[in-house]
Order: sequence, then structure tokens, then C-alpha cells
Amino acid sequence: MKAVLKRIASMIPVLIGVMLLTFILLRIVPGDPVSILLGEHYSQETIDRLTRAMNLDKPLWEQFISYVLGVFRGNLGVSYTLKRPVTALILEAFPNTLKLALMGAAFAWIVGILAGIIAAVTQNKAPDHIFMGFSLAGVSVPIFMSALFLQYVFSYRLKLLPLTSDGSAVSLILPAVALGWNSAGSVARMTRSSLIDVMEADYIDTARAKGLLRTAVILKHALKNALLPVITMMALQLSSMMSGAVITESVFSVPGIGRLATQSIMNRDMPLLQGTILFTTVLVILGNLAADLLYSVVDPRIRNEG
Amino acid sequence: MSKPLDQNIKENHSADLGDYIGPLQKVKSMCRRNPLAAVSACVILAVIILAVLAPVIAPYGEAQQDLLNRLKGPSAAHLFGTDELGRDVFSRILYGSRVSLIIGIFPPLISLVIGIILGLTAGYFGGWIDYLIMRIADVMLSFPSLLLSMALMYTLGRYANSIVCIFTALSLVGWASVARVVRSHTLSLKETEYVEAARSIGVRPAKIMLRHIMPNCIPSLIVLYTLNVPSCILSESTLSFLGIGVQPPAASWGLMVNQAKQFLFTMPWLALAPSLTIMIIVLAFNFLGDGLRDTLDPYLQKG
Repeated sequence: MKAVLKRIASMIPVLIGVMLLTFILLRIVPGDPVSILLGEHYSQETIDRLTRAMNLDKPLWEQFISYVLGVFRGNLGVSYTLKRPVTALILEAFPNTLKLALMGAAFAWIVGILAGIIAAVTQNKAPDHIFMGFSLAGVSVPIFMSALFLQYVFSYRLKLLPLTSDGSAVSLILPAVALGWNSAGSVARMTRSSLIDVMEADYIDTARAKGLLRTAVILKHALKNALLPVITMMALQLSSMMSGAVITESVFSVPGIGRLATQSIMNRDMPLLQGTILFTTVLVILGNLAADLLYSVVDPRIRNEG
Repeated sequence: MSKPLDQNIKENHSADLGDYIGPLQKVKSMCRRNPLAAVSACVILAVIILAVLAPVIAPYGEAQQDLLNRLKGPSAAHLFGTDELGRDVFSRILYGSRVSLIIGIFPPLISLVIGIILGLTAGYFGGWIDYLIMRIADVMLSFPSLLLSMALMYTLGRYANSIVCIFTALSLVGWASVARVVRSHTLSLKETEYVEAARSIGVRPAKIMLRHIMPNCIPSLIVLYTLNVPSCILSESTLSFLGIGVQPPAASWGLMVNQAKQFLFTMPWLALAPSLTIMIIVLAFNFLGDGLRDTLDPYLQKG
């Protein structure tokens, strides 16, 4: 319990740092918000009035404090271009991104773990080389390439799945596969190396000596322990999946957070960009925390240490 | 005792030498054990040569338009066809390799230097300096990398042209993971006797860090660098693909895919050619990095 509290406490400086960095990065551009809101032909008086109304005349630290207080009240500001509260826009888009990420993760898990097991079992033989070659290729393919490829084959040629997504599960299949493909490669490599490590342990020999089949030993005894590091790695994948979601959402026009981010940067919509980045990053931090806690629950060695 | 004496001596002698394997021999043995890494190194070299010689090799100019020959399929005159403005796709890929290589090679180098300096400082001095640097690194690593570079692009976009922006953004993003690796090496190395000895005879900290600790980090750093290169190339092409990276008329592989997207179903090769080149170069760096990791650095585990 103490360890859990300590872990949560260690998160606080990072969270503050994340807020500070997003704030500084996006506020550093001088005079930006007002000129974007107003366009070109406005009197100095109007500009001054708006600057005051938006608190942009206050010193930067004061702006930061009021921004942080706003964030804790769920107020991320109002989008310049869409003229709506950023929080509402994000909460509307989030379910789609969540669905996409979960489906992508499921794909990555299933394909990655299966490929990893097969590769580990056939270590240094042909299937191992083939699967590991594929997984490295999986990591090396730009996500937009696999996304466009899937669009071409499954939407255009085979006409099986929709070309763009409205957020429904069926329309998210292709984006999820495109998103999961990269992670599947990493999961496969991790599963393989961790399974190979575990297979060298004494208890595996014992199980084999009892006369258990090799398959049974792998599935029942080895896999249970081998998957522990894979869980941690999946949490780290969450971060790259959120990056990937930006790309897949753009290709398949999924109305999610990634697309909000791309749009906001093109329209120079600072509050929206700030909100999406902050939201996603906090999500990743919380996801990593959850994985850490989960890891200590499933692994008694870590649980008893704290 | 059946062996003649001189042969015995020879064997002992070679065993002594065998304790030390020079870097060149390591590379040789890597090529033998991991031919894929060697092939990748050749591919990378070939791409570098092509990029340098692009103006000589390319049959057409980078942005040379030929509106009468728009959207033509692959032919002898245009190896990969032409795009919507009649520009030769093959020539643009050659020119695009320059952007990809510059972005792939230099920003990771800059973040390597920043990471080394901060990692050494944090690990060697410890205390609040360590805490401060590592928390900043934690913050940097918390961001999904694409979103962080997007934020940097937003800010820098006001001040510089797009390639300079990407260059700077990616230089500032990658140092945190380098700093972590260097710090953990430094922490264990500063306890060793030879560092202790150097300190006791009054060698300055900066010299200890650079002369005694840094060299031991180099194998890990080579691997880390080799694996950072493809991720920077991917970041650049991704940003350009999203339309927030390299701006037209400059040629970048990601931007070419972005522009070819609208003709995906009628002329898929327009998107395929630059995508494949990205994949090949990224794959080559990943294979090379993997091979180097197995050869140089037993500590960095395969992930």
C-alpha cells in the first residue's frame, strides 16, 4: 500500500511538469491568440479589449496559475475555430479514440502473442526467422502506409469494409488493424524473448520431467510468467498508440482526439491543441500507473517487496 | 601432452589475445553472424550516395513541372510515373531522400549530445541536480512523441521554415531516453575503483566524466543512436504526411504520400513508391541497430 502511494506521489511533479511544458510551448508565441481570433482588420482598441478579456495582459505565471486552476475544474478553454469548450469537444471525441485504441491493442495482443509463442517454440528455425522478420517489418512500416494499404485492399478492391469511419465498431476495424500492426511487432518480439528466458528456468525442466507435453508446459507454466513483462510493455505501447491514433484517425477520418489535434494545429487553434495534448498525455501517465499497479498485483514478487 | 610444444604456446598466445576483441573484429563477426545487418549497412550507404548525388542522377528537377504529362503511369521516361503537377516521382524520391537523411542523421546526433551532457551531470553529481534533470526527462517521456513534436511544430512554425522546424523539434524531443541510459551507466561507473582513483588524484569532474565514464557508454550510445535514426525518419514523414511537416514544393517522402493519397485508387503507385522507400530505409536502420545491439551491447535487451 505504501508503495502504491509512493508511486502515485511520484506522478505529481511529472503532471505539473507536463502542464507547465504544454503551457509554455503553446503560449510562447507572441500575440498569437488575439490575431487568430480577430483576423487582420481590427482596431488596436478591439485587440486590447480582447487581450484583457482573455487575461493575456497578465504576467505569464499568473496566466499559468489560472490555467491550472481551470484544468482542475475541467475547464480547458474555448476552441478558437469551433467556438465551443475544449472539454466538450474532447469528451465527444474520446469514446471513438478509446474504441480505436482498445481494438488496436486487442489486435496487437492476439497477433503479437501468438506470433511470439510460435517464434519462441521454433527458436532459430524457419518460422522463428519468418515471424521475427515480419515483426521488424511491422515496426518499420509507417502507420500511414499500412492504413492506406488496408484502405486500398479491403475498402476499394474487396469492398468489405467502409473507407472512412463514423465511430461504429465495424468502421473501426481497418483503423484498428493499421494501428495495432506496429505494436503487434513489438509485442511479438517481447513475448518471444521473455518466453525463451522463462523456458530455461528449473521449474520448466521439472514440469517436463513429470512427463507433461511440451505444449502443455508452454501454455500452462511458461506463458503465465513470460507474459508479465509483456503487460508492462503494453502500457508503454499506450503512448505510441496515441501517436499512432493521430495518424489512423487522419487517414480514416475517425472523429477522435487525434483528428482534433491535427485540425487544431492546422487552424492554429491553441486551446484545442493544448487540451488534446494535455488530455492524451495525462491519459498515458495514468495508463502507465495502472499497468504498474496491475503488475504488482499479478506478480507476488513485486507485491511483497513494497 | 601429445601436442608439440610450439603449437601449445601458439594456442595459449591466441587465447590471450582473444580476450580483447577490437571493434573492427566485432563488426566483422557481426557481418558473419548477422548478414542482414551487413546488407542493411550497404543499403544505407547506397541511399546516402544517392542523396548526395541526387542533382546528378535525377532525370528531372525537384519541382520541375510538366503539366502536359500529368499523372502518367510508370514508363521509361518516368520510372515511377508523374504526379498531379507532372513532376517526375522518381526524381522527387531522390531529392526527398535528402530531407529524410538530414532529419534522420542530425537531430538524433544533437539529442545524443544533449542527452550525454545531462545524463553524465545527473548521474555524476546526484542530489537535486539529478532529481531536476530526471524529472524533466520523465516529463518529456510522458508525452506521446508525435504530439510533443506537433506542439513544437506549432510554436516553431511562427519563426522558421518547415524543415528547420522539424529539425529543431526532433532534436529537442529525443534527448530524454539518451539521458536515462547515460545516467544509469554513470551511476554504476562512478563507484568503480579507477574512477575513485582518478578522483583521489584530483582530476576535475568534467574530465572524469568525459575521459573515464563516457567511453564506457559508447557501445550503448551507438545502438541507441542507430535506433533513433529510423524513428526520426518516421516522425518526419508522419508529420509531412499529416500536412504539418515539410511544405510544398519541397520534396519529402511523407509529403509525397500525402499528395498521392487522393489518387490512391486510380494510381496507387504514386503512394506506394515513396512509402516503400521510407519502409526500406527504416527497416535497414532497424536491422543494423538490432545487429549492433547484439554485437556491442549485451546489456540492452531485445525488446
